[in-house]
Amino acid sequence: MNKGYRNWGPPLLLIAPTIIVIGIFVYGLIGANISVSLSNRHSLVPATEFVGLDNYFALFAEERFIHSLQNLGVFTVFFIVGTMLFGFIWAWMLDKGVTAEGVFRSVFLFPMAISFVASGVVWRWLLNSAEGDRASGLNRIFEIMGLDFLQNAWWSEPGWGMAAIALPAIWQLAGYVMALFLAGFRGIPEELREAARMDGATEWKLYRYVIFPQLSPVALSALIIVGHMSLKVFDLIMAITKSIYQTEVPATYLWVALTANDYAKSATIATILLLFVAVLIVPYLIYTARAERKQR
Amino acid sequence: MRKPLSIIAGAVALGLVLAGCSSDTGTTDPENANQVEVFTWWASGSEKVGLDALVKVFEEQNPDDEFINASVAGGAGSNAKAALASRLEANNPPDTFQAHAGAELTDYINAGQLQDLSSFFQENGLTDVFPESLIERITVDGAIYSVPSNIHRANVVWANTQVLTDAGIDPQAAPADIDAWLADLAKLKAAGVETPLALGTEWTQMQLFENVLIADLGADDYSGLWTGDTAWDDAGVETAIGHYGELLEYTNSDFAGLDWDAATQIVLDGNAAYNVMGDWAESAFQQAGWTYDNEYTTWATPGTEGVFDFLADSFTLSVGAPHEAAALNWLTTISSAEGQKAFNLAKGSIPARTDTVAADYPAYQQTAIKSFGEDTVVSSLAHGAAASIAWSGDISSAIGKFGADRDGDSLLSGLVAAADKAQG
Repeated sequence: MNKGYRNWGPPLLLIAPTIIVIGIFVYGLIGANISVSLSNRHSLVPATEFVGLDNYFALFAEERFIHSLQNLGVFTVFFIVGTMLFGFIWAWMLDKGVTAEGVFRSVFLFPMAISFVASGVVWRWLLNSAEGDRASGLNRIFEIMGLDFLQNAWWSEPGWGMAAIALPAIWQLAGYVMALFLAGFRGIPEELREAARMDGATEWKLYRYVIFPQLSPVALSALIIVGHMSLKVFDLIMAITKSIYQTEVPATYLWVALTANDYAKSATIATILLLFVAVLIVPYLIYTARAERKQR
Repeated sequence: MRKPLSIIAGAVALGLVLAGCSSDTGTTDPENANQVEVFTWWASGSEKVGLDALVKVFEEQNPDDEFINASVAGGAGSNAKAALASRLEANNPPDTFQAHAGAELTDYINAGQLQDLSSFFQENGLTDVFPESLIERITVDGAIYSVPSNIHRANVVWANTQVLTDAGIDPQAAPADIDAWLADLAKLKAAGVETPLALGTEWTQMQLFENVLIADLGADDYSGLWTGDTAWDDAGVETAIGHYGELLEYTNSDFAGLDWDAATQIVLDGNAAYNVMGDWAESAFQQAGWTYDNEYTTWATPGTEGVFDFLADSFTLSVGAPHEAAALNWLTTISSAEGQKAFNLAKGSIPARTDTVAADYPAYQQTAIKSFGEDTVVSSLAHGAAASIAWSGDISSAIGKFGADRDGDSLLSGLVAAADKAQG
């Protein structure tokens, strides 16, 4: 009995502060948020009744919220495809062996050191949609280079405008994905490649059957990390366009609802965002937990 | 090694928890009746200068009272409003806080967080010195909840006289209505001015739209939109949407990404002839060294002559204010002729009082003071005077959507839906 306490007592005592803090400030507040989302607190006046899932139904019936989800969808697709593609290509090229690899690695990674807000302010200017005489940023560069046909409205374009917002995000995080893939490449023993070549595998077959399968855990991690960042995107959009309809995503809509004192609506959006991220993260956590158990 | 570290980490975490739990008492003392805590978002620029001028007058008028500045910077007031909401929620209100006069106060009033100041207005004779139509605009169910400190006008066209003269248009003659204005815009475009009307981000679009609404509906019907007396599917609203869509054809294509000052800059650069903006734009023209009626001129937006589209900052008295007597002194200073003069000269706006001596003010403000005394006052939508925050947010979103897709039917249905939701 006494010995048992000695076994689990001190560790428990040590992690107790973390458990308490996380319990209150993460899970407690998630609970509080959900309870607000189930109430009718649409102004500063305290909630008067429990309305069940009414706020959720109302939100999904709203053209504006659907529009923000579409924006988020466009952004997420371009952001994930862009970072994965560039990340992989850069890692592959570095792995092939270049001179001054360290320089390139740093150059590709540097954008990550900048906050979304800071890069957003710069990209706000680069992505200015004015054309012709008043053109600035990228449109200006196109004009100087005589590529006038490339000038476009960037994020002001209805429909696909969010793809332009994904540009700065790709610029910032492709380097990070590159680092992940590069680590993955370096983790594959040279012997495996040599063995495949001995067996007469072509370069394509070598990648298809030897390298790619070994990179898939890295690719999954990268996908999860980039994907959940994409769902939560807020600061980048606020820095580039402020909260306007055209570039509205759930996170900026949440902020607008909050500043209009509609607590129930903003709590509802927050809960939906949490669910989205959970859908992405939870299977991944289960997968890694299983993989770790297997290794033991 | 590991153990001591985690103990320290635990201690730090616990310390954070305790710090988080203890309430922030600030520097005010509820027992000291001579303090007054004033909550604003005037933390920089001409607003800070104005506040300082106001405090100086306050301290002269009330030498015993101590002014405590509880201003919160950033986000054009949005940071401050969030901080204020949490203080009100925790029953720890500042004595008095800044808010846009008019409908933006609705949420605070419904939540029972503001005291009725009607008797304060009576005692200080403010109902006589403030224009009757202004009193009407800020009265809610027979009660007044805030004291306006300064007035801005939102229906002003700022025009570059050189650009107009080059196109053969007399800059001093304001077009009579929107149609006449559209004709001038077409003329400018034919003369080679690609984007004769400068426009900016969503709220500036909303301000332009409200100007068109006033022009096409007239002051009374426009005010009726906010009380429910005018239906949102009124023919006048449809005309206004049509006019607004035509005006957008003459604007710079990158408007969605420009803040108001960048839009005004287009006029200063001579790439546009007009910009519809509130009279804070005056400072931009002053900084460029331009003189009124020479390089630039202003007139009421075509079709809104004789109407003053107002917005105002105002101060309230919180329910449960710890220093009520001193807060009333503060409100007295704000409403006094002296206080309003000191503040508005510094901030570049005009006083809410009709007994203002216009000669004390610069050229543009003189025209605004004159109009404010004579014109019908209506409430600005884009600046919180006409509709509650939630309602104007819905309208803003519908107008932002129109800016992208130019679908007039969708804008109309969006406006009707927003009104139905807001008016229950």
